[in-house]
Amino acid sequence: MDIIEQIVSGDVRATARLLRDIDDEIASARDILKELYPYTGKAFVIGLTGSPGVGKSALVDQLAIYYRKAGKTVGILAVDPTSPFTGGAILGDRIRMQRHFLDPGVFIRSLATRGHFGGLTRSTNDMVNVLDAAGKDIIIVETVGVGQDEVEIANSAHTTILVTVPGMGDDIQAIKAGIMEIGNIFVVNKAEREGSRKTVRELLNLIELGARRRNGGDWEPLIVETEAIKAVGIEKLYEAIEKHRAHLLATHAEKWRGVLEKRARIQLLGALKDQAFRTILDRIESRGDSIDEMVQKIVDKESDPYTIVQEIIGKEIG
Amino acid sequence: METERKLRILVAKPGLDGHDRGARVVARAFRDAGFEVIYTGCHQTPEQIVSAAIQEDVDLVGLSILSGAHTYSFPRILEILRENDADDITVIGGGIFPLEDITKLKEIGIKEIFEPGAKLKDITEWVRANIKPRRGVVLKR
Repeated sequence: MDIIEQIVSGDVRATARLLRDIDDEIASARDILKELYPYTGKAFVIGLTGSPGVGKSALVDQLAIYYRKAGKTVGILAVDPTSPFTGGAILGDRIRMQRHFLDPGVFIRSLATRGHFGGLTRSTNDMVNVLDAAGKDIIIVETVGVGQDEVEIANSAHTTILVTVPGMGDDIQAIKAGIMEIGNIFVVNKAEREGSRKTVRELLNLIELGARRRNGGDWEPLIVETEAIKAVGIEKLYEAIEKHRAHLLATHAEKWRGVLEKRARIQLLGALKDQAFRTILDRIESRGDSIDEMVQKIVDKESDPYTIVQEIIGKEIG
Repeated sequence: METERKLRILVAKPGLDGHDRGARVVARAFRDAGFEVIYTGCHQTPEQIVSAAIQEDVDLVGLSILSGAHTYSFPRILEILRENDADDITVIGGGIFPLEDITKLKEIGIKEIFEPGAKLKDITEWVRANIKPRRGVVLKR
């Protein structure tokens, strides 16, 4: 069996190794991704986002139980931050999902951001494709969890879930960030805590404020209260997700395609940017020109970055 | 032009021992050395550890043990790795081991054992010197 056949048949090691190569931007991974592409587009992608400590991992753990009971296979991508100083990372989301370690129907992969902003990693969309091709029915992506900036997930997931906990402080803070606009479902976790009714009311207000922008058939965000550690409210969350999925498929089939289009656009432009950059750098090096010399010229004020780039583009692309 | 591969390490505590301070300290030292550490915590069975190691495609598994359970769990972990064609993943141990067991463990394939008092710097330098990231997968057609 070659690597394509292995991945499509669900081989864990082959899948894991390819994910690693994609993460490390190994050139050969691109060729494999090309061949896997026809097998993608079937999986339902759920994104979970929200500040650190709100309980995303615990919710992922609980949702995986429900989907497994429904006979679906699950892929999980859990993102944690890379230390900007050392380049290393501690990836600890797995700890909350231990019950699934021995289930062959659940594949868990921990990822580090490696300097990427937006909540995901550079390679997340490609990894979603691999898990998709490997036959996972449901793919859950848990973002890194720094809160405000994490809107990237909305372009990769069919259903985006925003998780908060009661009393997270400044209510105005939440309204001004774009993050609130990307939630298809809002979860108030740790709902047993004081202030959960207030948080739900604030979310309802936000949803009403957004109503003016929504058209008739558009989706109105749902709010679910949960206590993930105690498995409370998970059934309601599962039902809310399934409701959204039905909404996308039934009346808004073009929305389903729209999600695929968004992902495809990001991947296409991302690959173009990467490839063009690498190709030009390779050509500069093989011509014997030196980036270091260009840097010296800039510091000596013999040229500037913009002129140099124009010259390079002129030479390479004409 | 490829970027340098990041080393991925799984740190786990097999068995019933719940004292994980040492494991956490080493995990942090690995992060500070620039490695990506998957920390799965305490009470792991050999099966769980190997399953995680394979899914995460790690280069190294670091087992922390203070309780004497190494006589069962270490050989079992090596065995399951072999059964899954994953014995290219290196396994090391840290913690409290009787002297004669250390020799035995190394004979069956545990690459190194670090005892209490081992300096964090020595551990991370050992890893850097002895563990290389795996080569990429190639499409065979």
